[in-house]
Amino acid sequence: MSNLQDFISRQESAIQPLEGKFDMEKWLEKANAFFDLPLRLQSRLIILIAAVLLIPTFIFPLWNMTLYANQFPDGLNLYIYSYTLDGGHPEGRNDLQEINTLNHYIGMRPLLESDFSEFGWIPLMIGIFFILTLRTIVLGKMSNLVDTTVLFMYFSLFSFWSFYNRLYQYGHNLDPKAPVKVPPFMPPIIGSKQLANFTVYSYPGPASYFLVGFLLLLLVSILLSGRHLKKL
Amino acid sequence: MENVRKKIIFKGMISTFGLIGILSLTLFSGCSRKPEVEKGTEKSSTIGAAVASYIAPGDMDEYYLFYSGGHSGNVFVAGIPSMRHIATIPVFSLYPSTGYGFDQETRKMLGEFTWGDVHHPSLSETNGNYDGRWLFVNDNANNRMARIDLRDFKTKQILGPIPNVSGYHGGAFVTPNTEYILAASRFSIPLPKGTYAPIEQYATDYKGVVAGIAVDPKTGEMSVGWQILMPPFDYDLGDAGKGPSYGWAFWTSYNSERATGKLEVTSTQKDRDYIAAVNWKAAEQAIQNGKFKMIGGVKVIDPKEVPDIVYLIPCSKSPHGVDVSPDGKYIIGSGKLQSITTAFNMEKILTAIQNKDFTGNEDGIPVLNYDAVKEAEVNVGLGPLHTQFDDKGYAYTSLYVESAIAKWKLGTWEVVDKIPVSYNIGHLAAAEGDTINPKGKYLVALNKLSHGRHISVGPSQPESSQLIDISGEKMKLLYDAFTEPEPHYAQIIKADKLKPIEVYKKEDNKHPEAIWDVKDAKVERNENHVTVKMIAVRSSFEPWKIEVNEGDHVTIHLTNIEQTTDMLHGFGLNEYNINVVVDPGETKTIEFVANKPGVHPFYCTNFCSALHQEMQGYLLVKPKQSASTGMIR
Ligand SMILES: [Cu+2]
Repeated sequence: MSNLQDFISRQESAIQPLEGKFDMEKWLEKANAFFDLPLRLQSRLIILIAAVLLIPTFIFPLWNMTLYANQFPDGLNLYIYSYTLDGGHPEGRNDLQEINTLNHYIGMRPLLESDFSEFGWIPLMIGIFFILTLRTIVLGKMSNLVDTTVLFMYFSLFSFWSFYNRLYQYGHNLDPKAPVKVPPFMPPIIGSKQLANFTVYSYPGPASYFLVGFLLLLLVSILLSGRHLKKL
Repeated sequence: MENVRKKIIFKGMISTFGLIGILSLTLFSGCSRKPEVEKGTEKSSTIGAAVASYIAPGDMDEYYLFYSGGHSGNVFVAGIPSMRHIATIPVFSLYPSTGYGFDQETRKMLGEFTWGDVHHPSLSETNGNYDGRWLFVNDNANNRMARIDLRDFKTKQILGPIPNVSGYHGGAFVTPNTEYILAASRFSIPLPKGTYAPIEQYATDYKGVVAGIAVDPKTGEMSVGWQILMPPFDYDLGDAGKGPSYGWAFWTSYNSERATGKLEVTSTQKDRDYIAAVNWKAAEQAIQNGKFKMIGGVKVIDPKEVPDIVYLIPCSKSPHGVDVSPDGKYIIGSGKLQSITTAFNMEKILTAIQNKDFTGNEDGIPVLNYDAVKEAEVNVGLGPLHTQFDDKGYAYTSLYVESAIAKWKLGTWEVVDKIPVSYNIGHLAAAEGDTINPKGKYLVALNKLSHGRHISVGPSQPESSQLIDISGEKMKLLYDAFTEPEPHYAQIIKADKLKPIEVYKKEDNKHPEAIWDVKDAKVERNENHVTVKMIAVRSSFEPWKIEVNEGDHVTIHLTNIEQTTDMLHGFGLNEYNINVVVDPGETKTIEFVANKPGVHPFYCTNFCSALHQEMQGYLLVKPKQSASTGMIR
């Protein structure tokens, strides 16, 4: 992973010969000063809270899909955690198994935990972010905070894309020999969709909100320490 | 029209119950009671009643009603107040609907019998209240006792035929902590079973038995407990004492004449018969102290040799029901050939025993002084049979001959209301009406005749069960329901006391041959034994093909790997007389000898899914070497 500060300093040195641009130089100076800013106590405390927000992401699901049909008035639930996949268990029912049993009719691959590489790298990455965040508090420099934040945004986007792609693959790679032939489809990511006799609702779970909260707190702490730049 | 109707009812009564029929005819034609009965039942259907018993689609009933299915061998489950039949629990008879009696486990449980006669369901109790754990039912025909687990509404144990007990009518009634289930002989015989004695020696050589079947408090597992040798009367119905009468068990008996032959005459000569009162705590102690003899492999107490265990309380002629009041103070006995119900006072019974206030003895068993133990005689009406209770201190007694229920007050002993029923009521069941905390509100009349109350179905008519509102001062008829033969007793339990499971969880399946992955499905041969491990899941069997040789012994362990409510699969094997139904998460074992060569389809018998019809396979039985060609195939 490239370090944003290095990247910017490299840009800086590359631009150096072009001294004609006075504005640019001033801007770079300002940027440098910004990255060198020390993190204020307020910011560090907020970053600590952000780090704590990562812990419940190991407890709550990232995403929740609910499938309603006449014969399932209470809905079949599918929970996607950062590290595993689980269904609802009302009255001893196993919703994940039920969803797989129903999906076999349209030739969809069974949702198996072992098929998801995400369950390996997502929790690992969240763990790394936890360490990076603590490191930022200790080192107390704006550059570390910005690095962590930008990396995290990239991670979030990649994870979301990966999740989207998974659903796309499940909905499109259907067994041509399936007893019930349906046109390939894209399951809903956010919102609801009618799929055969099921109305499927898909929404982020609590863990996703914690991750969003984590990002927001990092941004707030950037703002809190960053606004002191003017005083320089 | 009205006249024709009356005639039909008169005829029905004569033909169905000889003696009592005639009695009722005389009584009814002598007074103006008859038209009143009819008017009452005809006008009962009002909008108010309809609303009171209506459960909107999708809504749930407030109570479960467990009725015995009589000689169908089953137990029926209905909801109250809707009276909708919800389920049938097979107990003593084959029941292809659920595959009962076709798999190895239930076949073994049923043994040599293919039917039973379920009479009196009894819900398990803790401190005198229903605890919703088990339902026990007796088999009047083959002297067995069954336990239904209310976790999954399935029969889990059948005990018996129980030694010495003959014609097991006097059960199943549980003691307040389900320590014992009462049992008694309706038909006295020479003991042990298998002994021959001429019928002329009935009075001396035939014996009755009253008994307590022991129940393991944790598992519900039943075992033969204590038994007591009794004079050759016919022991009919029972109830366990509670509160001040805790530790005692009571049974009515008829035929204290010790008569044989035409009992309707020979056993009805005396004015009084007896209620047998057994101190079961003392019986337990006597067995522990070794005061018993072995009869038929069971420890039996002979009251001649061990005193202070059994006493006889005179009761009005040919009593049927004996019921203990919720507070345990009164023992209510009803002589079905008289018009009174007698309340005996437990305190007075204990005093009389202490003072040895006896009027004689039967085979050494002391007979208590009737006047000393009686509290009151309640003038309930004709043919009183059984009594149940509500939460306001009232008792309800069924009147067979009168086709009515009398409501009367404990303590004042006054009849305050009467409601006609259609027709000839046997037992009645009030909501938790035989516990220490009756709920009131509802009562179900279990009537023997239903003619004219439903569209005709020919000569074999269903029984009628009528729902009656007992929440107010006056009883109100709410609903007529009809059932398969033949509810005797029933019990009503608050629905929220039961928490049935919806599927058998995979992790709870302890069947040693259960498999959960199609990779483990296989057919294995060991000489002429073929073992199949099979999976049923929407919508296929795995393996779907079983190849055997004629004469092979085939064992199929079939696991339904579904974990969804109601997703049952059946296994019907054509022309092999096999149909097993496997619940989600359950494994059942099917065994048979492949003695019919050829190709036999098997298929899912319990509709499961859109491709249910495709859920099928083949048993291919290769014929033995043919004698004529000397060739196989
Ligand atoms: Cu099926």
